[in-house]
Amino acid sequence: MSAPAVTSLANAGGTALAAEALPVTSLAAAGLALRRDLTLALRKPAQLIQPLTFFALVTMLFPLAISPQLSQLRQVAPGALWAAALLASLLALEFLFRDDSQDGTLEQYALSGKSLTALIFAKTLAHWLLTGVPLALMAPLAAIALGAPTAALPGIIAAVVLGSVSLSLVGSIGAALTLNIKRSSALLSLLTLPLSLPVLIFGARATQVAISGGSLIAPLELLGALAVLGVTLAPLAAAAAVRISLE
Amino acid sequence: MSPNTLEAENLHLWRGDRHVLRGVGFSLPAGQCLKLTGANGTGKTSLLRTLAGLMYPEEGRVRFCGADVRADLRAFQGSLAYLGHEPPLKADLTARENLRYWIGTRRRLSDALLRAGLARVGAEALAGRLVRTLSAGQRRRVALAGLSLCAVPLWLLDEPATNLDTEGQALVGSLIAEQLARGGLAVAAVHHELSGLGAVHQLELAA
Amino acid sequence: MSFTWFHRLGSPPYVYALAQRLTPWLAWPAALLILAGLWGGLVLAPPDYQQGDGFRIIYVHAPSAWMSLMVYTTMAAAAAVGLIWRIKVAHAVAAACAPIGASFTVAALVTGSLWGQPMWGTYWQWDPRLTSELVLLFLYLGYMGLRAGIEDTQRADRASAVLAVVGVVNVPVIHYSVTWWNSLHQAPSVMRLAKPTMAASMLVPLLLMLAGFTLLFGALLLVRLRAEILARERANPWLKEALAR
Repeated sequence: MSAPAVTSLANAGGTALAAEALPVTSLAAAGLALRRDLTLALRKPAQLIQPLTFFALVTMLFPLAISPQLSQLRQVAPGALWAAALLASLLALEFLFRDDSQDGTLEQYALSGKSLTALIFAKTLAHWLLTGVPLALMAPLAAIALGAPTAALPGIIAAVVLGSVSLSLVGSIGAALTLNIKRSSALLSLLTLPLSLPVLIFGARATQVAISGGSLIAPLELLGALAVLGVTLAPLAAAAAVRISLE
Repeated sequence: MSPNTLEAENLHLWRGDRHVLRGVGFSLPAGQCLKLTGANGTGKTSLLRTLAGLMYPEEGRVRFCGADVRADLRAFQGSLAYLGHEPPLKADLTARENLRYWIGTRRRLSDALLRAGLARVGAEALAGRLVRTLSAGQRRRVALAGLSLCAVPLWLLDEPATNLDTEGQALVGSLIAEQLARGGLAVAAVHHELSGLGAVHQLELAA
Repeated sequence: MSFTWFHRLGSPPYVYALAQRLTPWLAWPAALLILAGLWGGLVLAPPDYQQGDGFRIIYVHAPSAWMSLMVYTTMAAAAAVGLIWRIKVAHAVAAACAPIGASFTVAALVTGSLWGQPMWGTYWQWDPRLTSELVLLFLYLGYMGLRAGIEDTQRADRASAVLAVVGVVNVPVIHYSVTWWNSLHQAPSVMRLAKPTMAASMLVPLLLMLAGFTLLFGALLLVRLRAEILARERANPWLKEALAR
């Protein structure tokens, strides 16, 4: 069944121009969704600071709980950094779909006649740009605080950039599944953490290699592979989960 | 291709243990409006959502222009506009931005068209204001502007005149009348009378 | 004709009655196989030259671990069928599988820990297989938690089905990354739950236990499935008739 031709809007002084009869592609719609989320977030920047603050806070727990000696902290730096990153990104996931689900705009996306997978991917991309990238930029500070050498920093940034892509993607599935569930933060963590373990393992490994000064190609490739896997599968699963939550 | 007709055939829907829709059926030809009536909880919203393809009936089917909507659900949803209880607007965007990001995902919108759409519902003064600063009635008007900008043959409306005064209710009636005059269809769950429409079909949902 | 069989499998009353009839056919052979396997493994098989009698726990550990994975796959397959073709009974099967699979996982973890104690001196080591089992337990708990968190049964079914399918795709990824992680840190082989090289007298009881556990799963699944159908269809008149009979 083909969509019936767009009828012109009858009003005083306006006629539908030919260009407006051209359909909007899913890609263009996704681009709009991306712009919208970025615009919205930049109007309420306070929300973006929270995950970063949490990241810094968790990082600080380790010296206080283990030892102030940088030489000792350096041993646990990769693990501590990634545990903190994982927890911070979990916190940030709350913002991905919650508002849109509550005000009905998510429903309108599902009804837009465009690929919901593409729209969800756009939202997740926006989310990553707003939370994952800042996390990656803050990671060097945390790494230094945990005793990592300065030479390791570029590698650490690269690892967190790649790893946070996967974290956002995997997280989008959990966030979509737990929409409209009361007090869902614990459940969201329970669902997302097991699925994020490979990112943790490969990311911590990459950080370890960066600190000890080895070649980062292989670890970063592994992180990249996870990201690619996530990009192909996660938006599909998240879109299915969103539709289920709208039923 | 048969003219725009919306048909529902023997729709059965369960929500948990509740049998919400029990064999609902109707046939709505082009240029007609179907008014859904019934007390709260009788399934008006569920019926609208089932027609929109958001809910999946256990039995029965929905046909538009003679074809089962499930055959190409995305295309069907592209030719309908659904307005739920809450106006789908982001509080931190202006009215104009909201319409651009909402309707712009469905069709191309020029500035002129946007302005005309807002003017049609008497909300052109609200264009640059953040939705957060608008009253419930004003938000509803912006949502109605979006509805008319969709330019689709099928409208599914759940209490479209909520929060509107009598003038606003008349506006809803005239918008639907225009939609019908274009050869479109409308299914609306309303509590009040739809003025300015002439004869409408009616479907009463019982508990 | 095969199509009507498939259709019948989607009907709760039919499946309920079928489950009732089939259960003893699975339960008794399961009991026999398990008893035979236990006797063969605990009594007949000779002690391992390396691990002595301690290895015998493999007769419970290995089938439990194997079943924990098999049940998850079955659960995901049933969930996928329910998701794609919208068959309620398939969702009931998936729901019934989860606690059984979780129990097998716990059994695998406990027996794995008990096996490791005489070898490692501690009750726990981050052995790759044990770690993978632990992650699998969390996947089960997440599935059951999601089901419990959503009130509407239909939505709970469909959401947990998506989770099960996502989980089943992830299990190989997780297993690979955990194994890789473990190998990086050069854990000495004595820290692994190494299976002893198997003589036939050791292998046969293991296979018997495996077959027995599989049938046990089948029987438990049918029992739980009937309970699930009871809970879901309680408003339906056919159920009252069936219970009256």
